[in-house]
Parts: sequence; structure tokens; C-alpha cells
Amino acid sequence: MSTTTASATPTAPAAPAKQRDTRRRRRLSQWGFIAPAVVFMLLFFGYPLVRNVVMSFQDFSPSTFFDGKSPFNGTDNWSKVFHDDLFGKALWHTIVFTIGSLVGQFGIGLALAVFFTKKFPLNGFLRSLILLPWLVPMVVSGIVWRRILDQDTGVLNSFADTLGLGGHTPWLTSPGMALFSVILVNIWIGIPFNMVILYGGLQEIPKELYEAASLDGASAWRTFRSITLPLLKPVITVVLVLGFMSTVKILDLILALTDGGPADSTQTLGTLTYQNSFVQLDFGAGAVVGNVLILISAVFAVFYLRANRSEGK
Amino acid sequence: MAPLTVVSAILAASALAGCGQQRDPDVFTVLNSSTDDSYHGWDAATLKRCSAQLDVTIEQQSVPASQVMTKSLRMASSKSLPDVIQFDASEMPTFAEAGGLVDLRTLGLSTQDIPQGIVDFGSYKGTYYGAARTVNTLALFYNKDVLKKAGLPVPTTWAEMQETAKKLTRGKQYGIALSAGGAEDGVFQFTPFMWSNGGDETNLATKNVAEALDYWKGLLKDGSLSKSTVNWTQADVNDQFMAGNAAMMINGPWQVETLNTKKNLHWGIAQIPVPKTGDKSVGPLGGAILTVPDTGDTAREKTAAKIVQCMASEKEQISYARNSWMVPANEKAAAIWRKEVPELDALADQVATARSRTAKVGAGWSSVSLALQSAFQSALTGQDSAAALKKAQARATSGN
Repeated sequence: MSTTTASATPTAPAAPAKQRDTRRRRRLSQWGFIAPAVVFMLLFFGYPLVRNVVMSFQDFSPSTFFDGKSPFNGTDNWSKVFHDDLFGKALWHTIVFTIGSLVGQFGIGLALAVFFTKKFPLNGFLRSLILLPWLVPMVVSGIVWRRILDQDTGVLNSFADTLGLGGHTPWLTSPGMALFSVILVNIWIGIPFNMVILYGGLQEIPKELYEAASLDGASAWRTFRSITLPLLKPVITVVLVLGFMSTVKILDLILALTDGGPADSTQTLGTLTYQNSFVQLDFGAGAVVGNVLILISAVFAVFYLRANRSEGK
Repeated sequence: MAPLTVVSAILAASALAGCGQQRDPDVFTVLNSSTDDSYHGWDAATLKRCSAQLDVTIEQQSVPASQVMTKSLRMASSKSLPDVIQFDASEMPTFAEAGGLVDLRTLGLSTQDIPQGIVDFGSYKGTYYGAARTVNTLALFYNKDVLKKAGLPVPTTWAEMQETAKKLTRGKQYGIALSAGGAEDGVFQFTPFMWSNGGDETNLATKNVAEALDYWKGLLKDGSLSKSTVNWTQADVNDQFMAGNAAMMINGPWQVETLNTKKNLHWGIAQIPVPKTGDKSVGPLGGAILTVPDTGDTAREKTAAKIVQCMASEKEQISYARNSWMVPANEKAAAIWRKEVPELDALADQVATARSRTAKVGAGWSSVSLALQSAFQSALTGQDSAAALKKAQARATSGN
């Protein structure tokens, strides 16, 4: 931005009025270019955000839709949500789910990305096959996995049974196990995204560096640690932040797999805000949980910006 | 400057759209949840006949069942409500409580020939807001061949059902299937056990409710009910029954259409077993009701009521019941229908004693339902029934 305005200065001082005129026109056209973006952001991001915060302090019930009245009720919604043990549980499940999913998706995705940088037959074909989970709509994956993980008739347990590995694992039917199973499914879904982006990042690393390393006699692990990881860092940050944002607000997958059950063992902040707003129609309480989600995401967005800024220096 | 003009044009347009659309005086809309091909077709045929009879154009708008309420609320705030909304009866109180419905009696609809139970089903706080075309409930479906081969009679009491289920459990076949899923399906299925045992949704922390839950736990403990029950919807239960993985199931008549696609499956239907011989089997009354939302235009509302009247007329009820296998709401229509489908007699009997979920707690039902789901799922996966229900009651009360 600053470079464009600077270029306007070295004109002759003979015609100051004309100069001022051009500068003003330039400023105006600059704002003209920014305006659509600003209006768009305010309209579609700013307004809902502010509205959601305001709503969390209001008694917003079905009758509000008719009379438009949503009286402020102080912190009633907040204390109601925070006093419900379900909130604590859901928060904990969200943390476990997010960390578990990210670690799994990223670890396996990175391993696969490194694997596919090697040249071998059918490389491209296999790489496109791994993309499949990404192409399947989330709800469809959820429904299919629910069948696969069925305790009695599911393919997974039948398969384990024929291998003599028990075959009675209560994947989705035991409260102690359901969250783990949901994380596994989400890892399966998230691997392609992680792999594709990381693979792209790996392609960007100059080959000479690897050649130099091999001349120096560096081991494979040492090469990975000292060349691949540091040069991949910006891509890794992007993958993790985007992965975090899409994981922390998870809703559709859980609704399709377990509906938050059994016994609320897979309730997350996403399902809780859905339940508050669209099942109980208590929009105020739903907004509170939504705000907590936004806050968590915002904290991570700040981390991301910080990380990027230090990268730029 | 062009982008700015475009943006302001969009803003202006959306502001105008927000003011509510002008209703077309000759076109009436019915909002329902008939997204299923066959249901959409049946309703389209009904509406075609009614539109010819009343000389108005009627349009059908279908959204998934879970979205009827939220869609209607949005339409209310943008002053673009349809003329008729078909609500699931358990949702109606919420909309009525918010002041969104018109009393059908004041619009000239009569409740003659409709059994009191079904009038209550469509009423909230004594006002008749919804006309039912058909109603449904739950019943015990059983595989005739399996029971015959084992030489077992159809169970009528809890003890008999538990015993029969135990005997029929062998190999991959479970004795019974039911839905204890974490959504309304599971709660719907729990109510006949809770109510037949004298339990009540106004207080979940009672011995009667705990006994009903313990009965479910007993079925699980015997191994005659799959542990997957906590993750099944009612449609899943039907799949299990059709696949021969269950000898009996608790389910409703809306599954009959699917059940009949499997020709070599011979199923029978009976009332849900009761705790002791002589107890009354009380099932949940389910189904949709036709309501007229308050659009503020009395003339239109009167026509809307006529559409409701036509859709819920004796003739239309019978044709809808024939298609959907549900029981006509009207007494005369039900009598005719009963003669046509004697195999569903047990269902018609069950409907006669069935009760609505919202009769006692009204708009508070969704809180009770959520608390109850969590409670029976905790109990079925190991917790003590009484403790889980006590917690549920506390949660239900705080949510109200």
C-alpha cells in the first residue's frame, strides 16, 4: 500500500491544485477497491458475530420470532450454560477430540506425504485413491462408518472375528469408547487434506539441499529433522490452523455417527450449541456456547497470525 | 465506483426482501415434511383433489422433519408464513405457545366424530390447533415363522416377552430389537414401557420409571437385546428385523411399507406387552397435525381452514391411511379402515389407549426428552437406573 502512494510525490510543485486533485482521486479509488471487501466482512462476519454476542445476553425464545421481543436478561444464559455439567463434559470432549484428531491426521498425513515424494510405480494412482475420503460428503461418511462400526453386524467387528481378534468391540455403543471411535473416523476423513497440502509443501523444498545433505552423509532422520521440517514449517502452521478450525466446530460427523450419545459421551461444543438452539429452541443458551467456540477459534487465529508475522521477519 | 453501486443495490434488494413478500391471493401453500418420494406424491394427490374442490391453487413445500419448526419460525419473523403447516404433534405446543397458531374451531372446523384423545392430541391448553389425518403409535412386531418354529406364543406381559426373547436369541439372531438411540426415537420407544408401568414424564425420578428402565437393562443383560440398541434409530431397528437379526421388534406402522418389500418375511403385530396381566398397554400417540398459522389475514385463514378440513376429511383420511399404514383419526374412517386391514387390528387398539407426549408437559417436552435420552443411555451402559433418572429429573426441571 505505502509504495503506491509514495510514487505520487515526485511531480512538479507547479500545479498543487491538480496534484491534490489526483491524490484525492487516487485515495478515493483506493477506498473504492477496499470498500466491497469491508462491506462484505461487516455484513457477513461482523454483523453475525456482534449479533451472536448480543443474543447471548437476551431471552431469545420462539415467541421472539413473532413479537420481535427479546428482553435482555443479564448473564442468565451464561450462568445457565456454565452450571450445566454437560458444558464441562462437552468442552473436555471437544479438547480431546481436537487434539486427538489433529495429532492423528497430521502424523499420518505427513508420513504419507513424505512417502509419496519417493518415485515408485503407481505413485500418482495411489495418491489419488487416498483423496477419496475427502470427496465423500461428511454425512455420508458418518452413516457408512456407523454401519461399519456396528457392534454385531458391522464389517469391522466381523473382520476382526474372522482373524480371531475378538470381534465384540463396542465401538460406538460404549460411552468409554465412542469418543475414541469418532476420533478415528475423523482422522480417516482428515488424512487427505493434510497429505495434499504437506505434499505440496514438500515439492517446494529445493532438491539441492537434499543432495548437499547426502554429500555430507546425513542420515534420513537427520535430513528430515534439519531440512524437511524447518522448510515445511509455514505449510505445517497453515495445515494445523485450518485443521484446528474445522475440527473444533465439528457437528455433522457426530450427529451422523452417534447423535452425541451414548449417554452424552460424544457431546462437543458444536453438538451442544446445536441442541440448545435447534432442539430446545433456547437460542440465548445456544449463542453462549457458540461464543465460547468463537473465542477458542479467535485465540488460535491470533496464534496463527503471530506465527506468520515472525516468519516474515 | 461500480462495485459500490452493486453493493448498495444488493443491500437495498435484501432490505426489501426482508420486509416480507406479498402473498399471491390465489395461491395457498402447505408446508410439510413429506420429503420422501412416496409421501410427497400422496400429499400432492390429496392437494390436487382439495384444490379442485375449493377452487384454489395449493402448493406443497416439503422440508426435512427436523427443519419444519426452525423454518416456520424463520418464516414467522419475515412475515411470510405458509397457510397451512403440518407439524409433528410433539412440536405444536412450542409454536402455539409462541402465539403462532389460530384456533381451528373459530375458523369453523368441527371436532365431531373425532375421538376425544385425538382432539386432545391436536390441542394445547384446551385450544384445538391441529387436525390429525392419521395417527400412529408403537406396537410389537414379530416374525411369525420364527415364533412358530420355536412353538412360542406372542408375549403379552413383560415377563413373557423377556422369556420369549431369551429363547429366541441364538446365533446372530437377537430375541428383540428396539431403539434406545440418543434422539427422540429412543424416547418415543421408552414411553410405552414407562407409561404402562405407571411412570410419568412430570417426574422421572420415580420407582415406576426406574422399573421400566431396569426392564430394558434386563433384556440387555440377558443378551436378548443387542448392545447396539443405544446407537439405533427406529429405521435401524427395522433393518435389523428385516435382516433376520431380531425375532421381534418395537416399531411403528410407518415401517410397514418397507417391511412388505421383503416377500418372504411373515410378520405379525401385537400390542406392546404390559408389566402384569391385566395392566393397560399405553403407547405414545404419534403423527402429524395440520395447523393454520396466524398470518393476520382472516379471509386467508378461513380458506386455509377449509384446506385443512378437506385434507382431514373422512375420504382423504382413508386414502392417506391406506398409503401410509397409519390409523385414520376420524372414528368412522377408522372403522372402515379396520375392515380393510384386519392385520393391523392390534395397532388400532393400541392407538385407542395411546397418549400424547406433550399432554402433560406441553412445550417443556423437549427438555424432558433430552434429559431422558441421556438417562436411559447412561443406565443401559452401566449406571444405576434410579441415579440416572434422578439426575435427569434435575436437568429437566432446570431446563424448563
